[in-house]
Amino acid sequence: MRIDLSPRTNRSPLMDGLAPILAFVVAVAIGGIVVAAMGRSPAAAFVTYFVTPLSEVWSLQEVALKAAPLALIAIGLAFCFRANVWNIGAEGQFVVGGLFGGWIAVATHGAEGNTLWVLPLMLAVGTLAGIAYALIPALLKVWLGVSEILTSLMLVYVAELLLDYMARGPLRDPAGYNFPQSVTFDDAARLPYLMEGDTLHAGVLIALAAVIVAAIVLARTLFGFEVRVVGASPRAARFAGFSDVRLTLAVFAVSGGAAGLAGIAEVAGKIGQLQPSISPGYGFTAIIVAFLGRLSPVGILVAALVIALTTIGGEGAQIDLKLPLDLTRAFQGLLLALVLGADALSRYRVRFVPGTAT
Amino acid sequence: MTLDVLQMVLVTIVAAATPLMIAALGELVVERSGVLNLGVEGMMVLGAATGFAVAVETGSTLAGAVAGAGAGLALSALFGILTVVLAANQIASGLAMTILGLGLSGLVGASYVGMKRESAPHLAIPGLTDLPGIGRLFFGQDAFVYAGFALVAGIAWFLWRTRAGLALRAIGDDHTSTHALGLKVRKVRFLAVLFGGACAGLAGAYLSLAYTPFWAPAMTAGRGWIALALVVFASWRPLRVMAGAMLFGGATVLQLHAQAAGLGLPGQALSALPYLATILALVLLSLGRRQGGSVAPASLGRVFTPFR
Amino acid sequence: MGMIKGVAVAVALALGLGAAQAQEKLAGKLKVGFIYVGPVADFGYSFQHDQSRKALLAAMPDKVETSFLENVPEADSERSIESLARSGHQLIFTTSFGFMEPTLKVAKKFPKVKFEHATGYKRSANVSTYSARFYEGRYICGEIAGRLSKTGTVGYIASFPIPEVVSGINAFMLGAQSVNPNIKLKIVWVNTWFDPGKEAEAAKALLAQGADILSQHTDSAAPLQEAEKQGKFAFGQSSDQMRFAPKAQLTSIVDDWDGYVIGEAKAVLDGTWKSHDTWGGIKEGMVVLAPFANMPDDVKAKAEASKKAIADGTLHPFKGPVLKQDGSVAVKEGETAPDPMILGMNWYVKGIDDKLPN
Repeated sequence: MRIDLSPRTNRSPLMDGLAPILAFVVAVAIGGIVVAAMGRSPAAAFVTYFVTPLSEVWSLQEVALKAAPLALIAIGLAFCFRANVWNIGAEGQFVVGGLFGGWIAVATHGAEGNTLWVLPLMLAVGTLAGIAYALIPALLKVWLGVSEILTSLMLVYVAELLLDYMARGPLRDPAGYNFPQSVTFDDAARLPYLMEGDTLHAGVLIALAAVIVAAIVLARTLFGFEVRVVGASPRAARFAGFSDVRLTLAVFAVSGGAAGLAGIAEVAGKIGQLQPSISPGYGFTAIIVAFLGRLSPVGILVAALVIALTTIGGEGAQIDLKLPLDLTRAFQGLLLALVLGADALSRYRVRFVPGTAT
Repeated sequence: MTLDVLQMVLVTIVAAATPLMIAALGELVVERSGVLNLGVEGMMVLGAATGFAVAVETGSTLAGAVAGAGAGLALSALFGILTVVLAANQIASGLAMTILGLGLSGLVGASYVGMKRESAPHLAIPGLTDLPGIGRLFFGQDAFVYAGFALVAGIAWFLWRTRAGLALRAIGDDHTSTHALGLKVRKVRFLAVLFGGACAGLAGAYLSLAYTPFWAPAMTAGRGWIALALVVFASWRPLRVMAGAMLFGGATVLQLHAQAAGLGLPGQALSALPYLATILALVLLSLGRRQGGSVAPASLGRVFTPFR
Repeated sequence: MGMIKGVAVAVALALGLGAAQAQEKLAGKLKVGFIYVGPVADFGYSFQHDQSRKALLAAMPDKVETSFLENVPEADSERSIESLARSGHQLIFTTSFGFMEPTLKVAKKFPKVKFEHATGYKRSANVSTYSARFYEGRYICGEIAGRLSKTGTVGYIASFPIPEVVSGINAFMLGAQSVNPNIKLKIVWVNTWFDPGKEAEAAKALLAQGADILSQHTDSAAPLQEAEKQGKFAFGQSSDQMRFAPKAQLTSIVDDWDGYVIGEAKAVLDGTWKSHDTWGGIKEGMVVLAPFANMPDDVKAKAEASKKAIADGTLHPFKGPVLKQDGSVAVKEGETAPDPMILGMNWYVKGIDDKLPN
């Protein structure tokens, strides 16, 4: 027997929308069985995971806060992936953005007088650092044909070790008993809070703005058109006179800049100092978010919120139901796998054909 | 440094290289077929947990090793269904497997925390193992190490000396043409993915059964990612994977030895070395064949669907 | 603008509501929360903290309830701490240095909740700090090593050059020198708290270079197992790791937080809790040495005597004269090192043949 895939000629929007929901239902069902097997109430677990975080203003802010870096990075990656360029080093670009942007904050710590320029400079430096770091694999690709998948991945670890070194060494707080962290940033170097309770910071607005800008650029500009054409049909793009080289560099710059901006926004917003590690893997999770969101800005926003929701729900499950963290992780992995699979099913018609395999 | 100390260092390097080598060899076959599996770390850690659990329950290291490989294989089957059968994106699917593997390993291993087993037995041939200077290095390793070297030879032979191996490499280089020629692209890829998963699981089991015989969460500590780097560093060739594993394992071990001998080196820079070396190797390889483009399997990471 | 105001009002309500709920809860059981940086299954630092949580439950089953969050990344810990505070936990232990700033920030928002931060140095009205004088145990380990080492060389596996680790190395060396002035200490920095493979490699390197006794400031049992395999000896870390190396473990420096955690919970229940700094050692029972084993009786007896002397104050590991590596005097004859010096230690004592990283 063999399994045949053929692209659906007339994809129904209903099917497109239904597929991830179906995957979600299946994942929840499997999760529920596991929870029941562990002797807890599946209904209570469902409420803790998916309802409670949405029912309080505070936890809603936290969901938004967690989703913001994911959405911002994934939006940048969408440009790459649509153009068939594979930047999987966003984690490194995020870290470098946070490091170099944060460096400004450390260097200007305690500065007197007008310090209004500090935060904009940090954001700019963080973004530029992300762009510069992303251009390494991009240039290696266009000059030498080196696979960007592998170089961008390798550079993640180099960036992490660089931050580790800086936070433990040169940028360490001299008054901090040799503990590996920088001074806490001045207020002038922090993103302002948006609401009472000092939780939601302006980084969320940056992410939101990025989603809107990306949607407009992709739909309405020549650059967006180019990205889409190259992704859909490289040959056609070449006939149209689009330059591969320029596009590769451009999409890498966009994604690196977005990741770098997300990095400095996280440092200037939530963390407020440099530490040996500033990311719980946002750059990698964002790759999944980009695909869950089908590389569309709005889809990415939704996917980022869902991922954030399960993380925060998972914490609630640890507190209220004493369910282990590993269960949440396994559930997240399963959910992602199922959504990716269901997505394929909505794109292709699957037929089981008697005969030999292909 | 006496001969015996030198031997100790070499034995340590070989042991440190073995998990990298086994996992990387599996991934090499996967990538040669044109699939990029970023779930190696997840498959490895699940293999470590399952291998240890089964070994404790059955009292058999062999059963543990088989179970570890089986666990990696099972997770890679899911990966194969997603990427090969359903043509989902390989990068996203691989990352999902890593998250899933880490979570599952914690659940599987939870009740085995704090338990200890004897490590896998080492070969002991009277007369040979006691040879000064080389005995332990060549005749005193555990079965995983020999299995690792056997894999090198086996995979090299398979890929370059058999029709099936030729087909696998051809598929990795151009799935469209090979499909047109009637080769079973998806079947070969699926099998390659299963093999890679089993190798990753076995490498994980090596850690929990032989190298540091206990289970602890996330005990692979990023070795799956190093294995991925290693495949590239080795430019998709088994013998070079072996050499690269010795180099990557050796760098860490030698750095630790240098410190113990009183020669300090900055830790972060050294830890970054495998990755920088890999990038450098990629660049040099590309410079070497400027005209021929990349040495990577040309279809690596690309989705294949047999459209008609 | 109106919407933002509306949301702000809602936030204020939610905050108020949270506080009201929290007060209600006090009528029932005291909820005590724990935040761990590692997995509870690490059989080291986080595991040991979780033992104290279990001890608390066992000591006052009808007065307390407990929750924990494990594997909390330091850069992403603020939300985790706050979610414990919001879910009615009145006493919260944040058990790693990197949680310092987030703990202080959340504590400001929840003035009625008591926070306990381990190994930090910043306090506030409702944030206490606590740590243990691990160096006391290390001194005794040094003495034992000095007495038992046949090669005159001892190996030390170190994680990161923070003061706690450096003061541990120094105390160990001073203890060893007190019985064998010519003892040699070989130090290997592994740059990780937990990586069994790398720790085993470090152990092998040290043993190959002539060390016959190992001490470690990393969390896994791998070095002990390696010593056991090669018929050498080693000291355990954080918990009693005898089960991993019944023939090799001489003793282990056990972090025993049970008494402290129970005491603080009692203080909250009695309404006598006050912000304070606790740095307890052998005397307070925070540093416990696992039963001395695998050594002759006279060595055992001397170790017991030293333990007693440190507990009653007649022996201080950093009693003058203490010389730095370059021979300059750090602690004068007749004096003992003041606490701030130990807390900020970033130099080696004379006799250590190694360069401190950074």
